[in-house]
Amino acid sequence: MSATDVTLLSAAAAARAVQRGELSPAELFQAYRAAAAADELNAYLWVADEAQAPEAPAGAPLGGVPLAVKDLFCTAGVPSQAGSRILEGYRPPYTASVVARLAAAGAPLLGKTNQDEFAMGSSNENSAFGPVLNPWDRTRVPGGSSGGSAAAVAAGSAPWALGTDTGGSIRQPAALCGIVGLKPTYGTVSRYGMIAFASSLDQAGPLTRDVTDAALLLAHMVGQDERDSTSIGFPGEIALPRSDSLAGIRLGVPEELSGAGVGIEPGVLDAFGATLKLAESLGATVETCRLPHAPHALSAYYVLAPAEASSNLARYDGVRYGARVEDGGLVGMYTQTRSAGFGPEVKRRIMLGTYSLSSGYYDAYYGRAQRVRTKIAEDFASAFERFDFVVTPTSPSVAFELGAKTADPLSMYLNDYCTVPMSLAGIPAISIPNGLSAGLPTGFQLCGPAFSENRVLEAAFALEQAIGFDAAGARSDGG
Amino acid sequence: MDYEPVIGLEVHAQLLTQAKIFCGCSAKFGGVPNHHTCPVCLGMPGVLPVLNKKVVEYAMKMALAANCRINGECSFARKNYFYPDLPKGYQISQYDEPLCRGGHLGDVRIHRVHLEEDAAKLVHAGASGRIHGSDASVVDFNRGGTPLAEIVTEPDVRSAAQAREWLTLLRTTLRRLGVSDVNMEEGSLRCDANISIRPVGSTELGTKTELKNMNSFRFIERGINAEVARQEALLRDGGQVVQETLHFDPRTEAITSLRSKEEAHDYRYFPEPDLVPVATSVEMLAAARDAMPELPAAREERLQALGISAADARQLAWRTELGDYFEAALASGNSRVGVQSLANWVCNELVARVGEDDPNASKVRPDALAGLVALVAAKAVTVGNAKLVLDRLVAEGGDPAQIVEAEDLGAIAGGDDALEPIVDAALAANADAAEKIRAGNMKAIGAIIGHVMRETKGRADGAEVTRLVRSKLGL
Repeated sequence: MSATDVTLLSAAAAARAVQRGELSPAELFQAYRAAAAADELNAYLWVADEAQAPEAPAGAPLGGVPLAVKDLFCTAGVPSQAGSRILEGYRPPYTASVVARLAAAGAPLLGKTNQDEFAMGSSNENSAFGPVLNPWDRTRVPGGSSGGSAAAVAAGSAPWALGTDTGGSIRQPAALCGIVGLKPTYGTVSRYGMIAFASSLDQAGPLTRDVTDAALLLAHMVGQDERDSTSIGFPGEIALPRSDSLAGIRLGVPEELSGAGVGIEPGVLDAFGATLKLAESLGATVETCRLPHAPHALSAYYVLAPAEASSNLARYDGVRYGARVEDGGLVGMYTQTRSAGFGPEVKRRIMLGTYSLSSGYYDAYYGRAQRVRTKIAEDFASAFERFDFVVTPTSPSVAFELGAKTADPLSMYLNDYCTVPMSLAGIPAISIPNGLSAGLPTGFQLCGPAFSENRVLEAAFALEQAIGFDAAGARSDGG
Repeated sequence: MDYEPVIGLEVHAQLLTQAKIFCGCSAKFGGVPNHHTCPVCLGMPGVLPVLNKKVVEYAMKMALAANCRINGECSFARKNYFYPDLPKGYQISQYDEPLCRGGHLGDVRIHRVHLEEDAAKLVHAGASGRIHGSDASVVDFNRGGTPLAEIVTEPDVRSAAQAREWLTLLRTTLRRLGVSDVNMEEGSLRCDANISIRPVGSTELGTKTELKNMNSFRFIERGINAEVARQEALLRDGGQVVQETLHFDPRTEAITSLRSKEEAHDYRYFPEPDLVPVATSVEMLAAARDAMPELPAAREERLQALGISAADARQLAWRTELGDYFEAALASGNSRVGVQSLANWVCNELVARVGEDDPNASKVRPDALAGLVALVAAKAVTVGNAKLVLDRLVAEGGDPAQIVEAEDLGAIAGGDDALEPIVDAALAANADAAEKIRAGNMKAIGAIIGHVMRETKGRADGAEVTRLVRSKLGL
């Protein structure tokens, strides 16, 4: 096989080829290494060099298929900067549990991918290291915050990638780049070694070319980790999906997240509607459901996530690692270091979070937002009494032009409108490519109750087969 | 107008677990700076805390000892503030769901006990030794993340002396539990005092000040006294106490303001999302209760019931090793030993000789001391000579009866014919004293007794000598 042929294989197919002895893992690694090194989308902040090609363990289930990893996962001796100037050049002394777990299963580190600074953003324009370009149209954003991971997988320079999702940071860029993105149930994947944005929401997940790859990668990500007290692992195993039917499956379509007048682009709504029809043709029933508190999810999210972030980001103080700007005294050093090190969006959220946790405001903001969060989880729980899954468009729009929303944070925040409720509820949600609108990918989101990953993957797989999405558009442009 | 102080104490006790509270690093004091560290206790990006279960176990023992109500579930919170000794920019502590509330130790009620991590140690280079005016500061993270239990009392303390006494009880209790080595010099016990004063008879609380981080019981007593005096002078001059945090300098006795109420931190507490709530099970409680040793307060009561004086009972109960020594001596089986006289010998004579050291590590075996006290009770050796025997036991150990025998220190028995001629000789040699005694001045008998003691090398019984003198002088 030629180097290009090799990179055309899905990750699962490449792993099978290695296991059958048809493909050498070294050859596979070099092909991707070369592709990543030649990346023109600014998707990578670091790429392994040729000498770093690791030996995949013999018979490893992931077959030595290399993995692109979002910058915010700590990787020993390799820059892990969370897309921030304040961690420029920082090389951690240890490796994140999930990265180590995947390496042990035969997915060696290919490169570190660009992202919005500290995972705060929906366009990847908040990276201190420049924006990532959307492989479908290089004048447009790839989504965020896992924009580098999504663009790399879509463009074919990585077979699969690791991202994190706090309010949509895996699903939204997956949708905008025409790939699969899965946010697992909170607690199934260890957070140890993930540079934190909002601890109670952050969850690692796969960004892949298809649903099968997502299942295969996730199968080796889940598991309890004694280093993460909030990790609970996954009951049973993640299986590779094989169903081509949705017979008997009840899909709930929430008015609040997909109705007319909630601000979803017509083209995105059309594609969503078409897939609902397809679902019915596969045997599913489609009915409207209610998530009455979902319209408040974004407001609650933008209180809770910045509150946790304001505390999580306090450690970047110039004392022990990362950037330091001296200014004579201690307070001056803190101020100068953090002023120079953080970008505007990060500063905005630190301010928001600091304010909402302040004495006298806590109950009105943080306390109330927590109550909304509980209500949203209850909404989903009652929806799942009637429905197997709740489905929505992933993102209200297709990929937008670079710079289109940078001056308006609120319109940028609306990108997460359909993805934030699932994050607050801690439930698994997948985005699969759902056809094109004006030549750009749209995403179809499907979520289920906690730990329903296997059923979510089965349903997503059946839809994927029926949709028959053509991802070639991401590889043709400038390829 | 007379004022009374109203004092509440906040004590931080470092728990003596092997590992830190949220990582596996050694919690041992000292060590090469920054060697007891890992990514977790250095607050590296991406790390997460994992609660050391031993810390909960130790704190539960402490709470049970202070008769606290242990909550079925407790949780951690983040206390946010910037300081170089705080690597994450927040301290993991407990806020609205502490390990326990309520309780009492001795005569002071406990408000709450909660768990938290210690900050690292800052070392300031420069003449002042404090951060103000230092040339540079360096951080030793060995201490960062060691487990602390913070014990907050109700404002039940009414004097500096009572504060010191209660802290002594607390220290002994913690030491007895084996949950803290309560060493103030090494910082494993630290104390802040909230101090206000009010007119005697009033039940309202005055404005309080907080006196920070006093690192010895003596300083605490002096610090509180100095602050109470400052507040009294202020009120008597028509001034008002301002709520503020104060620092007491034990060298100069000066009290300086660290920060006013307006400058107080807003710690922005919120639930720690990286940890799950801790459920304290019935089994955990039962295990902690079963492992509970007899505590100083209970021991004090039991010893008093044996007939030991209040002062000696407290000393024996509050100095665990001294109490253990005493009980070993008592149990050595010499039925002629009076409980109180044995207590006297342990609390006074032995303590005078071994000081603060553990008497169990001395050369005086508990049964040897009991034997010596029995010899005194049987009048086989005088009190004065028994002290010489004790000196010998302290220096060399051995058996008291053998020492008495070998050194010829045995008492000359009361009816012994040997004593009469010596008394006669003493009266003859001290004719002046004899006259004075005859004239009713019994003080003069000292010279006679002294003479006899010299002649007998202290073996004579003082009371017997007195009896003989009186009879010979016809009194």
